[in-house]
Amino acid sequence: MAIEVLMPALSPTMTEGALARWLKREGDAVSSGDVLAEIETDKATMEVEAVDEGILGRILIPEGTQGVAVNTPIAILVAEGESVPDTLDIPSAKPPQPAAQSAEASPVLSAKPQAAEPTKPANKPQNKVFASPLAKRIAKQKGLDLSQITGSGPNGRIVRKDVENANGKPQKVASAPSSATIASPSGGSQVVPHSTMRKVIARRLTEAKSTIPHFYVSVDIELDALMALRSQLNATSPEEGPEAFKLSVNDMLVKAAAVALKRIPTVNASFTEEAMILHDDVDISIAVSIPDGLITPIVRQADKKSLRQISQETKDLVKRARAGKLKPEEFQGGTFSISNMGMYGVKDFSAIINPPQAAILAIAAGCKQPVVKGNELAVATVMTVTLSVDHRVVDGSVAAEWLSAFRSVVESPLTLVI
Amino acid sequence: MSQTDFDILVIGGGPGGYVAALRASQLGLSVGVVEAQHLGGICLNWGCIPTKALLRASEINHLLHDLEPYGFKADNVSYDFGKVVARSRAVSKQLSSGVAHLLKKAKVPVFDGYGKLDGVAAGGKRKTLVSKDKKEAITLTAKHVILATGARARAIPGLEPDGKLVWSYREALVPDAMPNKLLVIGSGAIGTEFASFYRNMGADVTLVEVAPRILPVEDEEISAAAQKAFEKQGIKILTNAKIGELKKTETSVTVPVEVNGKTQTFTVDRVISAVGIVGNVENLGLEGTKIKVDRTHVVTDALCRTGEPGVYAIGDLAGAPWLAHKASHEAVMCVEAIAGKTVHPIDITKIPGCTYCRPQIASVGYTEAKAKESGYTVRVGKFPLIANGKALAMGETEGFIKTVFDEKTGELLGAHMIGAEVTEMIQGYVIARSGELTEAELAETIFPHPTISESMHEAVLAAYGGALHF
Repeated sequence: MAIEVLMPALSPTMTEGALARWLKREGDAVSSGDVLAEIETDKATMEVEAVDEGILGRILIPEGTQGVAVNTPIAILVAEGESVPDTLDIPSAKPPQPAAQSAEASPVLSAKPQAAEPTKPANKPQNKVFASPLAKRIAKQKGLDLSQITGSGPNGRIVRKDVENANGKPQKVASAPSSATIASPSGGSQVVPHSTMRKVIARRLTEAKSTIPHFYVSVDIELDALMALRSQLNATSPEEGPEAFKLSVNDMLVKAAAVALKRIPTVNASFTEEAMILHDDVDISIAVSIPDGLITPIVRQADKKSLRQISQETKDLVKRARAGKLKPEEFQGGTFSISNMGMYGVKDFSAIINPPQAAILAIAAGCKQPVVKGNELAVATVMTVTLSVDHRVVDGSVAAEWLSAFRSVVESPLTLVI
Repeated sequence: MSQTDFDILVIGGGPGGYVAALRASQLGLSVGVVEAQHLGGICLNWGCIPTKALLRASEINHLLHDLEPYGFKADNVSYDFGKVVARSRAVSKQLSSGVAHLLKKAKVPVFDGYGKLDGVAAGGKRKTLVSKDKKEAITLTAKHVILATGARARAIPGLEPDGKLVWSYREALVPDAMPNKLLVIGSGAIGTEFASFYRNMGADVTLVEVAPRILPVEDEEISAAAQKAFEKQGIKILTNAKIGELKKTETSVTVPVEVNGKTQTFTVDRVISAVGIVGNVENLGLEGTKIKVDRTHVVTDALCRTGEPGVYAIGDLAGAPWLAHKASHEAVMCVEAIAGKTVHPIDITKIPGCTYCRPQIASVGYTEAKAKESGYTVRVGKFPLIANGKALAMGETEGFIKTVFDEKTGELLGAHMIGAEVTEMIQGYVIARSGELTEAELAETIFPHPTISESMHEAVLAAYGGALHF
């Protein structure tokens, strides 16, 4: 019998979400627990796991569809050999049109908020765990995975005691192969179950690093002129009020990258099998570390924004990123990334490209160094930046040109205020 | 010749022993019970049940003297005290014969006599000698012996029950006449229930407690509310009180009571001594075994096993809390463990306690003070019955319900209730505590309207800042 897979409510406040990506294709065999798709909510990207097993008969909501209401059927699972029903049996659950297809679809969707509908628990895999509410809550507080804990209560129910005893001790590892390959240090170890974000980071970066032919180009850049300009500009800020600003070096480097991207537009690109896509807008993703991972809020059209705008926008994005309050469109997309570890005093490093972007700029700490000017020794504040590049899109000479452009903007920073 | 060899032999036929026998029989084990007096033990015969029958009578007497608010009028209300007591005995007798019937139906033989451990027979089976009076003793053998001989009233020197002027609970249950003046020593559940019964039947009652407050095991706020309610009913209460030497005449007792260095003297018709209980550890053949006794109670592990393999102790004999439902639960657990089933040790913070005075008192788990002492940061909710529609309709607005939650996890640490029908309602919180529900599940539970139990819901909401009707 055909089973509908519904858009799950992944958090109590979620009323709709974006279908970011299908990880299974039509015709793929699916078993319970397989990750079917990724859903983006107002808080994070989460996975939809299959509750039932079968064949993914039909995908009803294509990838990239925004604003899919909770409980909308997103796919149909069928048994092997079973034909896929043409239409859905529930007329009320009409799948919304992909936003890209029809701009009119969005107002219709938002005019019929579905928040009041009770969420169906069927798609929530955590319901399969047989545990007391108190045990569930304590497990959540301690970050323990209940599926790794053996229940001692009636009929194997997980009770408080089990969760408390599991705390801090290595838990029973269900799947031996993964742990068997890791040599255990004699001092014991702790098993920390993955958060969804950690899983997404692991998968995305593995994919990026193993499928994108990275290469790296580094250059030393003198920062003194930029820092002098920064001091001058900051001195012009009003003491307080909405007009007040305080530019950071990073804000200026974001702007400098945007200017360089405008000059060498082939770096502001994406690779697809069929074509190279050159983006009109310069949308810069800024890597922000947050307690359980990292996230990349985006300064859109950074080339068109003033330093003050970039500065204020970045502050707001970082603050909300750390509070977990970014909207999906604020951290998804982007045409180029910057990862700045200058505040940690690193000498240099190289970053992994954030697909489908073609490049990421790794910024290390600026520090005073002896430099040769003409035939004289002088002292300058120098930082090393490393551009990681997707060689399918950008060739070595282009990467070098881009870095040269970036350096020239940073070292002659008046361009930033023109 | 009746059967003399069993899988399990139970010594004692109270709510621990007879339940153990019934469960063993259900599980297909051969089992026998040794009982010297009456099936059902103290609970059915001299405790829980007959006191409830008496308290029911005193409640009726109270209502008959409080008819006016309901629009009734009755003159010359009187009662026949002998009939009140007789009814209580009849209820006990009916239940005791009910237990005999249950055991018979379960094909459990009952041996009339005192059981005593008597070493180990060839083949490793335990021998138990059953004897009584001048009857010929018989020896029974069993692989497992469960000791369930219960407890009895503690006799403090100078306060020993004499059966006439100084009563234990036993005499207090079968008085020959209604005392006009009564002094109750000890304000635990037993003392408090007798004080309530005799006061509501019209006696002049003084309740004396050595601790700083009555019902010392209950939450402090419950003790305070109970004291206020009892005093309103006319019960005199003395706490921090020490009893001096009793002076008895033919028909009265003079009792000096010292509070904070000042001594008052009460002359009363009867004294009830309710100063605790001691385990019946004597004449069980424990001497020379590995079974340990600590302050009149047999020491066991969490699964009721004593130091001697194959010998178990359950119920009052095995220690506090001295409650029939604890004994019955241990009985089932002990037998199931013997039968090889997976069992769960008792958590005493999940055992409810009920006191059937007027107003009733019921509680489970941690008191607020105990929770704090144990290191919890607590959230406390309270809801007064005066704000409850059903309580108001019934004219039973005295009392309140209090919940204690763990701030961190939302665990219901304890619940404390005083008021009408609370002994019937505490079970809701016990289920919540046993099932490890948090405030979220309780808040989402729909309570029927109109019931006093709605106050239980409100007391949960109150702990989280949101009682709707107060």
